[in-house]
Amino acid sequence: MFDVLSKGFKSARLALTGKTELTEANLAPALREVRTSLIQADVELGVIKRFLARVQERSLGDIVPLKGPTGQKVKVTPQDWFIKACYDELVELMGPVDASLGLDGQPAVIMMVGLQGSGKTTTTGKLAKRLLAEGRKPLLVAADIYRPAAVDQLRTVGRKVGVPVFSIKGMKPVQLSKLAMTQARNVGRDVVIIDTAGRLAIDDSLMQEVVEIKSAVQPDNILFVVDAMIGQDAVRTAAEFDRRLDFTGFVLTKLDGDARGGAALSIKEVTGKPVKFLGRGEALDQLEEFRPEGLAQRILGFGDIVGLMQDFEKHVDHAEAEKSTEKMLQGRFTYADFVKQLTMVRKMGPLKELMARMPGISGMMDMIPQEALDDAELDRTMAIIGSMTNQERAEPDLLSNQPGRLRRVAQGCGRTIDDVRALHNRFLQARQMMKGFGDLMGNPTALAQAQRMMQGGGGFGGMPGMGGMPGFPPMGGDAPARPSLTRDEKLAKRKARKAKKKARKKNRR
Amino acid sequence: MEDEQTVQTSMEVESPAADQELPVAWLGGGLGVLVLAVVLVVAARGRGRAQSAAPLLEQTEAPSGVDVEAPGPPTAGLAGRLREALGRSRGALQARFDELFGRAIDDSMFEELEETLLAADAGLPTTERILAPLREQARQGEADPSVLRGELRRTILQLLESSHRPLEPRPDLWVVLVVGVNGSGKTTTIGKLAARLVSEGRRVLLAAGDTYRAAAAEQLEVWAERSGADIVRHNEGADPGAVVYDALEAAAARGHDVVIIDTAGRLQTRKPLMDQLSKVRRVISKKVPDGPHETLLVVDGTMGQNAMSQARQFNEATPLTGVVVTKLDGTAKGGMVLGLAAELALPVKLIGIGEQVDDLRDFEPAAFVEALC
Ligand SMILES: Nc1nc2c(ncn2[C@@H]2O[C@H](COP(=O)(O)OP(=O)(O)OP(=O)(O)O)[C@@H](O)[C@H]2O)c(=O)[nH]1
Ligand SMILES: Nc1nc2c(ncn2[C@@H]2O[C@H](COP(=O)(O)OP(=O)(O)O)[C@@H](O)[C@H]2O)c(=O)[nH]1
Ligand SMILES: [Mg+2]
Ligand SMILES: [Mg+2]
Repeated sequence: MFDVLSKGFKSARLALTGKTELTEANLAPALREVRTSLIQADVELGVIKRFLARVQERSLGDIVPLKGPTGQKVKVTPQDWFIKACYDELVELMGPVDASLGLDGQPAVIMMVGLQGSGKTTTTGKLAKRLLAEGRKPLLVAADIYRPAAVDQLRTVGRKVGVPVFSIKGMKPVQLSKLAMTQARNVGRDVVIIDTAGRLAIDDSLMQEVVEIKSAVQPDNILFVVDAMIGQDAVRTAAEFDRRLDFTGFVLTKLDGDARGGAALSIKEVTGKPVKFLGRGEALDQLEEFRPEGLAQRILGFGDIVGLMQDFEKHVDHAEAEKSTEKMLQGRFTYADFVKQLTMVRKMGPLKELMARMPGISGMMDMIPQEALDDAELDRTMAIIGSMTNQERAEPDLLSNQPGRLRRVAQGCGRTIDDVRALHNRFLQARQMMKGFGDLMGNPTALAQAQRMMQGGGGFGGMPGMGGMPGFPPMGGDAPARPSLTRDEKLAKRKARKAKKKARKKNRR
Repeated sequence: MEDEQTVQTSMEVESPAADQELPVAWLGGGLGVLVLAVVLVVAARGRGRAQSAAPLLEQTEAPSGVDVEAPGPPTAGLAGRLREALGRSRGALQARFDELFGRAIDDSMFEELEETLLAADAGLPTTERILAPLREQARQGEADPSVLRGELRRTILQLLESSHRPLEPRPDLWVVLVVGVNGSGKTTTIGKLAARLVSEGRRVLLAAGDTYRAAAAEQLEVWAERSGADIVRHNEGADPGAVVYDALEAAAARGHDVVIIDTAGRLQTRKPLMDQLSKVRRVISKKVPDGPHETLLVVDGTMGQNAMSQARQFNEATPLTGVVVTKLDGTAKGGMVLGLAAELALPVKLIGIGEQVDDLRDFEPAAFVEALC
């Protein structure tokens, strides 16, 4: 449902996968992806900029282990931390929860305002139902005298929830609202909910009207009702309503669809006012209390943040990798294995970076022709393999034994038969080479030995002048690119960040 | 190996250095695969270069300029009227474009140009598509911002015109189905459209197909009265298909030559409600074989990216012939108009610029572009 966002965030994670140190340079592409996601979620551009600046600041901090869903500790990678930072920042931005309605007035007054068609009347009915269930005695006021049949609509809603509706034909909203207060006292209703007409923030005379209603009845709550599907204009409209009315909080409606509700983030950020309720359907019981975690997750597009962190593990299918390594060392490697493995491995970054990080290879980077590390070239190579049949991919020897197949493959991918033949020969040679490597270590325990070699082989990458790929600390070298902080230093750093955040919040309004 | 994995997920790792270790199996398999990849690429490259370099070069260096005819000067009166109607907001946008095209062409100018279009809800893909020819011109050395502005207008105009089809009422029985999400302005648009058609001498019948929302039929009744149209309605909760059936019967019996069908607002993700639309459609085509002649999606002009999802999914449920964008009298810029044209080739046919009966306009690409940038 929220794939656009979650896709964006997932690819942001992919862009970071395998990177061990969050620097401005390696964060940049990920930030870009997050920006795209948030734009698609209709978060306002200025808000996005500020949000990203904060997340970046946070992610450049250290790496913190988290509890898993069942309470066990899980290993948290820098990229997980980055997602967590997005989420934390969002939750912090959206919260704290303040769904309370100050209902102390005699009677208490709630005034509903917003653009045309945002859901004010429906939400009025939903609130009435809710308050009724809490033992209050609401009175609804039909202050929308402009939209055709708006009064009828509220009357119908009132009848459905079993709450009286106050309206006087021909009376102006300000006067009507004042009278409603007297009426409520007379008939013993203790909450008055005023359903006003929809209006544009730039409609000066209509905005003046709500300001006058406000000063006439002194509402305990003014709720700004906004459609979750609203676009970039949300900020301007909300800011203007807030400037005129200083509303108490806002209600986000129509969240039962696929709107990502980015406006909630924008409005909260710009007005500093809390989300009070969420509308999740046309029926009058479909009003939910707001939970920042829920909405933050929705805007981000994940269901379960910790689960997502564990998802990282899936990038590398250990069993699969093991099996194909073994096959490789036994000389049984196929094109299919190659495609499967390479697809998995490539998720972790461009070829060049991956090679640079490989112990034993990073030291030989200079010897590998640069064009060999070109991802586009690799794609072209993969296209040739893509033109093979499944059978050929599973049994590479078919191509050797029936050379006619080479022509078909060549035609399929628009290359010459020589290209295909050269590729196939290299594949066979490489396979032979791998087998030799496996034999050397003495099958079938080759794998274990290889592992030991890799593990112990940290020194490979530590060769002088190596491991200098941008964004990567030297492999195996014992001088990390960024000095690790002591616990105290970390705490101090965290404190400083918190203080900064507080200051920022203060300045917001 | 089993052990390795469980350690991975259950061990608390405090030291950042330990985090840098990649799983061992990955190293084994990964290393091999990468070496193989490099070997194969070298092979493919070695062969490919000799044979295909020349033609490739030719292709990439071919001039990519596309000749676009300059638009005639837009009718000033019309544009002015629209600009006024479209309100104060687009004035601010104009000022922004004035400022941007008043400075030197550089990366930051393009970045802000992009942001300006995004802030108008044009959406990322469409924004990129619109800016591509400008970027290309700048890359080829164009240094005059006013030329780029011309190019921007031309690109947008071309985009809008390529999918544009104005609303053309059929002279004989014309059945119009109006759909959209909740609160987008369907009923109001129907009222305005009915008024226009009645003033053109048509005999209009409205069908109150929204039997769900409270007082929806009463609302349409007010509009029928205002516009001088007739109405067929049932009680709340009735079957919309039955209302439509009755309306088409009534139209035939009483000689109406326009039937406009209102429907309940529905979010495009609600499958059962979307299926209900197909059912309404079937009822129509049973009575009027080539109907509905027009299926209009009403989109709220303040909507953001969800507008595209609406257009896509409504179009799937009931093929659309056009879109009405409402509430353009507000501060929202209605950039989705561009997205609808660019990504879905859906023509915007009408725009709503207020709540009054005459606040409906035909959508005119040239005037829109003139008012936009
Ligand atoms: N400012 C402005 N308001 C509009 C415009 N079109 C419709 N509205 C208002 O938007 C609100 C919703 O309009 P409706 O016509 O009831 O929308 P609808 O799509 O029929 O709504 P539902 O049937 O409830 O889904 C009303 O208050 C209209 O007056 C417009 O072009 N400009
Ligand atoms: N799907 C959905 N529709 C809603 C929700 N809230 C309101 N609506 C619908 O949105 C439309 C406009 O709502 P209404 O209360 O009349 O808006 P108002 O013009 O602001 O008073 C109506 O069709 C409502 O049924 C919601 O949370 N979900
Ligand atoms: Mg209302
Ligand atoms: Mg309606």
